[in-house]
Amino acid sequence: MTSKEPTEIVVCPDGPLLVRGDFDLVDGDGAAVARSRETVALCRCGGSGIKPYCDGTHKLLAARRKAAQ
Amino acid sequence: MKLPHPRGPVSETLLNALPRNDAADALPELLAAAGDAAAATEDVLYDDDLQLALFCLYELHYGGIDGVDDRWEWDVQLLQVRALIEQRVESRLRESVAVSAPEKLTPQSVADRLFALAADDDGPSVSAFLAREATPEQAKEFVVLRSVYQLKEADPHTWAIPRLRGRAKSAMVEIQADEYGGGKPGRIHAELFANTMQGLGLDPSFGAYVDCIPAITLASVNTMSLFGLQRRLRGAICGHLAIYEMTSSIPNGKYARGFRRLGFGDEVTEYFDEHVEADSVHEQIAGRDLAGGLIAEDPALAADVFFGARSALYLDGLAGGWQLDAWAAGRSALRQPLDPGREVAVAVGASV
Repeated sequence: MTSKEPTEIVVCPDGPLLVRGDFDLVDGDGAAVARSRETVALCRCGGSGIKPYCDGTHKLLAARRKAAQ
Repeated sequence: MKLPHPRGPVSETLLNALPRNDAADALPELLAAAGDAAAATEDVLYDDDLQLALFCLYELHYGGIDGVDDRWEWDVQLLQVRALIEQRVESRLRESVAVSAPEKLTPQSVADRLFALAADDDGPSVSAFLAREATPEQAKEFVVLRSVYQLKEADPHTWAIPRLRGRAKSAMVEIQADEYGGGKPGRIHAELFANTMQGLGLDPSFGAYVDCIPAITLASVNTMSLFGLQRRLRGAICGHLAIYEMTSSIPNGKYARGFRRLGFGDEVTEYFDEHVEADSVHEQIAGRDLAGGLIAEDPALAADVFFGARSALYLDGLAGGWQLDAWAAGRSALRQPLDPGREVAVAVGASV
């Protein structure tokens, strides 16, 4: 690619970080994290079973919080 | 797909006429039969004859039907028959699905409302049953029922792309590109589903099991084509996609657990695993950018976005209820049991 797309991070309310554009996703040692799609959703609730990616668990946590209220 | 077996006068007239290819004479009879059936049906969503006829009429726009000339796709009289059945289906849905069109929606508030609709849905949970209880035979029936959509997954929503502009179009293209594997051969979601079917010893060709599929399941697929093929319903197809994405990641995690519990390996579960990650991305884009972007550009479409969303939940609830009721009663959820002769031998319980 001759020009890089600007990277955009959408902070989804009560949801993940949606990352789109040109970026590298690396672990603590700088090694690439396996990635199978251009735009990714990164877990922000800590509950995902496929971290660093979102698996929708934040919705279950929200439902549990609502039920507990 | 192979020509299905008729289920009543409408599908019989249609499926006899199409392969003969000289069916002009049969068309008045077909139109009359469809008119009578649409007027007389107790519930068009559960009407095997009308739903199969509609499914076949739509299939002319997708993969076609073996032995049927593709020119029938745009035959004016067939389109009239289709419109007659569609009108009955659409009014049935509009009667059943309450839609309020809230004012002053922003893209984020549209997403919030759609997520809330999905969260509040208390329809029967096929995924919980699959995860914990389903037998290998029921799990196969589940895959067969899904196959009438999943083997053409994403296609009904793709019809909307030329009818959208701006942010909504970008969002739809971004989601659909991922559905079609991001350009990587073999990664199209429909192909991953075909792999799942093969791993279960099932025939992955489109429509192989259409004769087994009950009307209500056909109705849920037909509704996507109804919304997708008409510009006037572009709001509904966008709302439908948003709800599909929002009700996907967690159930797919459960389906994957169910098939692992039954001893199947990655070749069967990959499709479901992929959807856990993919649809957690898609649901964010579909709510805010697709549905929200569409309403921001054309607020008059808000009511149809929510109509499409609620229709998706409603039909999924009815189709899920059909399956769970049948299984709870010890019956097959299919119209006819799977033909063992058509299945390839597979060792159930063997992990690969």
